[in-house]
Amino acid sequence: MATRVVLTHGTASATLAPRLTLADEVVKFVRTKPLGAAGAAIILGMLAVAASAHALAPYDPYRADYGLQFARPSLEHWFGTDEFGRDVLSRIMYGARIALFVGFTASFAGCTIGALLGVTSAYLGGKVDLLLERLMDVLLAFPQLILALAIASILGPAVQNVVIAIAIPIIPRAARVVRSAALSVKENVYVEAVHALGASRPRVMLQHIMPNVMAPYIIIVTAQLGSAILAEAALSYLGLGAAEPTPSWGLMLSGSALSYAEKAPWMPIFPGLAISLGVFGFNLFGDSLRDALDPKLRGR
Amino acid sequence: MRTYVLKRLLLVVPTLLGVASLVFVIMRVIPGDVALLILGGDAGNVDQKQLVAMRAQLGLDQPLLVQFGTWLWGVLRLDFGTSLWTGQPVTEELLIRLPLSLELALLATLVSVLIAIPLGMLAAVRQDTWVDYAVRIVSIGGLAIPSFWIGILCILALVIFFGWGPPLEFTPPWVDPWANLEMMLWPVLTVGYRYSAVTTRMTRSTLLEVLREDYIRTAWAKGLRERAVVIRHALKNAMLPVVTLIGTEFAFLIGGLVVTETVFTLNGIGRFVVDAVAHRDYPVVQALVFLIAFSFVVVNLLVDLTYAWFDPRIRYR
Repeated sequence: MATRVVLTHGTASATLAPRLTLADEVVKFVRTKPLGAAGAAIILGMLAVAASAHALAPYDPYRADYGLQFARPSLEHWFGTDEFGRDVLSRIMYGARIALFVGFTASFAGCTIGALLGVTSAYLGGKVDLLLERLMDVLLAFPQLILALAIASILGPAVQNVVIAIAIPIIPRAARVVRSAALSVKENVYVEAVHALGASRPRVMLQHIMPNVMAPYIIIVTAQLGSAILAEAALSYLGLGAAEPTPSWGLMLSGSALSYAEKAPWMPIFPGLAISLGVFGFNLFGDSLRDALDPKLRGR
Repeated sequence: MRTYVLKRLLLVVPTLLGVASLVFVIMRVIPGDVALLILGGDAGNVDQKQLVAMRAQLGLDQPLLVQFGTWLWGVLRLDFGTSLWTGQPVTEELLIRLPLSLELALLATLVSVLIAIPLGMLAAVRQDTWVDYAVRIVSIGGLAIPSFWIGILCILALVIFFGWGPPLEFTPPWVDPWANLEMMLWPVLTVGYRYSAVTTRMTRSTLLEVLREDYIRTAWAKGLRERAVVIRHALKNAMLPVVTLIGTEFAFLIGGLVVTETVFTLNGIGRFVVDAVAHRDYPVVQALVFLIAFSFVVVNLLVDLTYAWFDPRIRYR
């Protein structure tokens, strides 16, 4: 696979290290990290189901059918129906949209804000660093659930408010990780060089430090994805997340699913399986990605 | 070392002050009037005079800054005030629920350690074999499966197959250990399994790191048996991060098990905070959030100090 490159001067030629195409990279990832590949497959499956829920779902997730309450899993309703006669499978398929939406937006927003704060903290140092670090300490020590509870009471229980409640506790974690990475990046000669060239502080931070802390940033985004989905389920279960009739996985596990669980055990079983499988996929993938990107763990 | 300890201790103060201010502000921003809630009416049908009197009685008619000052001054004297609803001192209300939460946290941590250390060790020693993969799948699974869902399934299985539900009333272990165990067993197992996942992974990765050290190669070269190398030489040196992780988890478990307590209808600290928020019982929420944050900060401080004690390089940073 080595590429022979003939330089334009025509006098010298050099053999570069084999450059992998995207397909090669994928094959390498699947070979060396089978668990990670399995995780990626689960994520892709979940994305596909969420994207084509309207086509795949056999029934309307909101349509009640009072003739068919608590129907057992059958050929018509694979995962049975709930107390309103709604098809559980269809609700789980639409629920994938909410889980992915909350997972991606909360993790992305929290990590991005955290990364910006972390880079600022590391680059400016001094009083700014001290102040931001204390602020992060406060956010870390503050119980997440109380924060979510407060946000739900102030803004009302809705999916987008859950995103805020989940994103805020992610900020200090991301800030910590990115700050320590940025501290070492900052010491590089090239940062000094752009500084000497007269680049402004925001320019140095965003254009020269930010790109070099991308590896820890990507690692923490993927690591937080799974836990954000889990947090959404827990908050919805407590009645702080999406409100009925939204097909949220956590919500499907709460309230009526519990009171009718003896009569209709499929009501809590399948949404729980969906949550577990989704988070499992994200965690498997995130783990392998960390192994692949973190130089300290490489080759283990 | 002394300057380091002093510096770290000083940093605790702004953190706790920040948490105290944040919870105070949040509670005042949340809509809902506790005086109105206690009188049990909507704004229309409650006598205004009565409402004003109730507010004065609860001390809510004073300026916010005064309220904040009074509360902080109380915290400094370890007096957390009285619950707006029951009129009982917050400390007393807390002490009723603490044994349950403490026992749950303690037993769950114990279970997680008993699962995690052997599994993590096994995975590290047999790295990249099917044993390693199995352990990793089980532990990543533990992180992925919502513990409240396992709790629901446990209760469901017990009820359906054995027609038996866990008791609802908490019996302290010193009164009737059997009744206590009956109630605590399932929550302890579900929480323990989940938190073992984190510890298993930590044990595995630190042990892998240690197993590559020179002194381990020396131990092998001396011809020691695998058991001696792994347990006597490697595990001991890999334990520090694991022990500190267990410490932080324990601190979290005391107040952080709201969902588990809800599933198993346990009357612990977690439920207590949530109920207090719903009732707008300001002193209770403030005290509990402060105490949860306090234990978090103290455990983290202890963790950092232990590291500094063992690794002199940290102190001079």
